[in-house]
Amino acid sequence: MVENRPWLTVVSHAVLIAGIAVIAFPLYVTFVASTLTLDQILQVPMPLVPGDRLWENYSKALTAGASGAAAAPVGRMMLNSLVMAVAIALGKIAISLIASFAIVYFRFPLRNFFFWMIFVTLMLPVEVRIIPTYKVVSDLGMLNSYVGLTLPLIASATATFLFRQFFLTIPEELAEASRIDGAGPMRFFFDVVLPLSKTSMAALFVIQFIYGWNQYLWPLLVTTDESMYTVVIGIKRMILGGDALTEWNVVMATAMLALLPPAAVVVLMQKWFVKGLVETEK
Amino acid sequence: MEKRVVFRSAWLPYALLAPQIAVTIVFFFWPAAQAFWYSFQIQDAFGINKEFVGLRNFADLIHDSNYLASFQTTAIFSLLVAGSGIAISLALAAMADRVLRGALAYKTLLIWPYAVAPAVAGVLWAFLFAPSIGIVTYVIKKAGYNWDWVLQGDQAMLLVVMAATWKQISYNFLFFLAGLQSIPRSLVEAAAIDGAGPARRFWTIVFPLLSPTTFFLLVVNIVYAFFDTFGVIDSTTQGGPAGATQILVYKVYYDGVKAGDLGGSSAQSVILMLIVIALTVAQFRFIERKVQY
Repeated sequence: MVENRPWLTVVSHAVLIAGIAVIAFPLYVTFVASTLTLDQILQVPMPLVPGDRLWENYSKALTAGASGAAAAPVGRMMLNSLVMAVAIALGKIAISLIASFAIVYFRFPLRNFFFWMIFVTLMLPVEVRIIPTYKVVSDLGMLNSYVGLTLPLIASATATFLFRQFFLTIPEELAEASRIDGAGPMRFFFDVVLPLSKTSMAALFVIQFIYGWNQYLWPLLVTTDESMYTVVIGIKRMILGGDALTEWNVVMATAMLALLPPAAVVVLMQKWFVKGLVETEK
Repeated sequence: MEKRVVFRSAWLPYALLAPQIAVTIVFFFWPAAQAFWYSFQIQDAFGINKEFVGLRNFADLIHDSNYLASFQTTAIFSLLVAGSGIAISLALAAMADRVLRGALAYKTLLIWPYAVAPAVAGVLWAFLFAPSIGIVTYVIKKAGYNWDWVLQGDQAMLLVVMAATWKQISYNFLFFLAGLQSIPRSLVEAAAIDGAGPARRFWTIVFPLLSPTTFFLLVVNIVYAFFDTFGVIDSTTQGGPAGATQILVYKVYYDGVKAGDLGGSSAQSVILMLIVIALTVAQFRFIERKVQY
């Protein structure tokens, strides 16, 4: 604080509170809608205080899903999302960790070539190679499977960069000491590098978990079987044409279920989340 | 920067790199090469006959008024998303940087939208603004305006811009806050002693010093609007009405998956790849500059 200007401080608080209120409003309305009956939502305007159907709506969503053509229990979808998010996060961390270890701690032919190969994937997001990637996965027989959902997304240039940057800051003396003590490269990796990388791994896990949970286009393409839908896809399939046909109370309960796990991860692991966000963009 | 102390092994580094490189080749390079190859072909509706047609798919695109309209839509959409997202987040970050009390609470309450999937964000906003039952629609209609994004193109655009911006505010906010906190206090204090008021200090000292962050966020937000907003569009307007919100990525998906035009969709993919490459290069040139700065 450079100088004391009470009025400006009041204005600052007011702007922040107004901003937070506007940003939280869609979430609040979603929550309220998830506690009402469908009739209450369809009467315009819908009430803005929570109703008493919280338990009914959520248990219906989890066990049966919205009634209609594409009814599938959201419980199963949440499990699919969880598997996808965790597998993508752990997979990215695992293969990027060993790849950057190889690039930093070894000298070998084609080292730079491999590094650039990984780097270039930054320029090829799924969205620009939709159909050929779908064909590859389909030819490999991976449609409607967890492998098909996760494997194509686990290559990661950002994670490789992050670990490379981090390994470069590990003091040379540690590698030197290990070599003098006769430890091989893998021993050094498991006993020194891995324990030191814990915070980077945690930060990356938070970011990649959210990335995996929120995937949309890719699961939309590779899952046709309702039992393999992720929850984000499930919501979309529940919304039928026309406002009145959709079972909004169950859809809104599903929306809450879809956004709570990643939001909880962000809020509870705030420190790692911010660290991960800033470091992956370096 | 390189390590002085390295290990020696003829095979180990390759084994360590193998998983990453294998995934990269199978799911990135091979499909990208195929997209390139398909973009020079025309396929019949049953996928049986393929014909090599050179650059005809690209020529068709240049003359396709829908494609050119999609380019324009994408440009408007991404500028609106990036512009409004940056402006709102900067205002919030500047306020959060000022207040001492409750700073952590404000931060916590502002970062959670980052965790909401774009498709879910679309559903939330579409529900608020639903033409017949939306609560905000009710207020707008009370005020005497007609609101129906299912039929009105500009309102549909407004809806997807709001949903897409809403989700990105957290990200911009965190980077602006970090940028603001790294500005040396002594500069701001010196200006205050010279008699510059808060607004003057912000525009002549703080804002110019933030310009690397702003530029970085501009590129990131444009990339976000180009690609990651697919979920927002698909869960709300699906490119409609009459193509008013059909951004390039959505058109690649629609033409390739729904309409089955493999060659045309692949040609669009190739053009998109060139755009991503240009944006990535812009981003990295900026990072190089930041190091000197």
